Amino acid sequence: MTLSQADRAAVEAAARQIRIDTVRMVHAAACGHPGGPIGMADFMATLFLRHMNLSPETLHRPDRDRFVLGNGHTCAGYYSILSQKGLIPRDELLTFRKLGSRLQGHPHRTPDMGIDFSTGSLGNSLSVSLGMALAAKSNGWDTRVYSASSDGESQEGQIWEAATAAAHYGASNLTVLVDFNNVQIDGHMRDVMDVRDLREKYEAFGWHALDVDGHDIDAIDAALVAAREETARPSALICHTLIGKGVSFMEDQPGWHGVAPGDEDARKALAELGIEGAELEAMMA
Amino acid sequence: MIATPELAPLFDGVEPRKAATRNAYGEALLELGASNPDVVVLDADLSGSTKTKAFGKAHPERFFNMGVAEANMIGVAAGLASQGKVAFASSFAMFATGKAFEQIRQSVCVPELNVKICATHAGLTVGEDGKSHQMLEDVTIMRVIPGMQVIVPADAVEAHQAVLAAAEIPGPVYVRLSRASTPVVFSDDYRFEFGKAAMLRDGGDLAIVAMGVTVAAALEAADTLSTMGIEARVLNMSTISPMDSDAIESAARDCGAILTAEEHQENGGLGEAVAQAVVRTHPVPMEMCGMNGSFGQSGTGDELLAHYGLDAAGLVARAQQLLKRKQA
Ligand SMILES: Cc1ncc(C[n+]2csc(CCOP(=O)(O)OP(=O)(O)O)c2C)c(N)n1
Ligand SMILES: [Mg+2]
Repeated sequence: MTLSQADRAAVEAAARQIRIDTVRMVHAAACGHPGGPIGMADFMATLFLRHMNLSPETLHRPDRDRFVLGNGHTCAGYYSILSQKGLIPRDELLTFRKLGSRLQGHPHRTPDMGIDFSTGSLGNSLSVSLGMALAAKSNGWDTRVYSASSDGESQEGQIWEAATAAAHYGASNLTVLVDFNNVQIDGHMRDVMDVRDLREKYEAFGWHALDVDGHDIDAIDAALVAAREETARPSALICHTLIGKGVSFMEDQPGWHGVAPGDEDARKALAELGIEGAELEAMMA
Repeated sequence: MIATPELAPLFDGVEPRKAATRNAYGEALLELGASNPDVVVLDADLSGSTKTKAFGKAHPERFFNMGVAEANMIGVAAGLASQGKVAFASSFAMFATGKAFEQIRQSVCVPELNVKICATHAGLTVGEDGKSHQMLEDVTIMRVIPGMQVIVPADAVEAHQAVLAAAEIPGPVYVRLSRASTPVVFSDDYRFEFGKAAMLRDGGDLAIVAMGVTVAAALEAADTLSTMGIEARVLNMSTISPMDSDAIESAARDCGAILTAEEHQENGGLGEAVAQAVVRTHPVPMEMCGMNGSFGQSGTGDELLAHYGLDAAGLVARAQQLLKRKQA
């Protein structure tokens, strides 16, 4: 199952825009987390464009799909895709992390922007997502709950309490997308605290679990379809990604977890993402 | 203090001096590592930020990075301490105390173990990360646990000494440290005394009792008040538990009014702890400058301190209100 050329192009464009917006927002804020959202761009774009029914029209429908960003530090990319979906004004993006902004350093639950939950403290997200999924089931809705998580967040014990409970309750309307980039703050995840094979772990916990190339849009889409078709178990998509994917000097570099690019690096990053000439000068002005 | 290649120099030579208390923690840990072979250090994927990394490089066999798993970290620290180690455990204040409250109570404080929780990035001065990371309730939840001793250093000089002292004080200790570079209020010959409030300035019109980064603001406020003919006593209440209630009683008797200042919730924090001592000894009018029951938000540390009235100007305004009540 592959996407039509036009569909794939739309997702690719949205992913590229996530990368560009992330560089600009973190650069403008002079702090924040660029690497994670740039690495997650392909699966976030696929999810929000092709699977979640969140839009200005559905925003206040109680049975629409839900999303929880467990690795809340990667919210620059989340705000970007929400703005691309028409839920956050584009010109608000550069207020990121500033006093009084709706675009807080970690997401704050804001129904008018489609931000379904407050996050930032790692480990809490899967329990909350399960609660949302159980609520939808008890209402008889076909709402799907998507939860983003990460290899770092998988070190928190609460994730595994939630995983146990989600399988126990057969929360088949719950899908977690794990940004597995082998990076956390103190270095490469395998050196700091190896979580090992997360597909095997989720499987052992009773989940429908798949390894996915987190930069292959067709593969991500197919995995999300498989998750939707699974009717008995919750689904875990272990998205194997490269932190900073698409910005050569950030790729696989733990140092870009939480450091803002200065002028020179921002310019280099934007150039690598295909911004040039007058457009680049305008962005850097 | 010793200079180390792993840690940026504590003071950059610029006057007036500024430094982050977390940097002083990193230096003190290195000294403890050299002087006390029983000292072990644990971190939860924040060793670069909490400054435990230098200890980890110097003593890899006594350093345990537990990953993003704070509750487990505190439990493991308790196990190490039960076997005779002096276990320093670090993360951001939010996660060190928030994620692991129950482990701190059950596995550290009930068995009265030598676990020293040195938590950085406390309070509003975390800045842009916002409310999920701005821990404003840690002093409350630590000071209420029986046996937990709570220290909030005012600056890097005091933080350095407080960490060395924490290794010597028997039992659980919580040390609250900051991310931001903040004014240094003490000269290098200052001597921290556990359990004793230091009077940094005397005055008879009111007393300002402050902890942590607001001590510098209290001193600045006292200068401003002095130009208005108001003389403020300034107390550095760096040990919150056990509290120096003698110093509070004297301040109440001598000044007749007390203003507290903290980068923390007033509920359960320094303000409430001081109020407890005041009503038990010598009741006088009080005002509290702290977080008045709200979370923080993104912004720079300085912007946030001003926004919530915790800078010198905010303290001056509240001091004036307090004096009206005292005179009424
Ligand atoms: C409970 C908790 N502990 C610690 C932190 C600080 N922190 C923020 S991100 C992070 C590393 C997480 O690893 P991962 O999500 O894999 O990061 P990335 O791949 O985006 O670099 C840590 C320790 C936190 N936000 N929450
Ligand atoms: Mg990661």
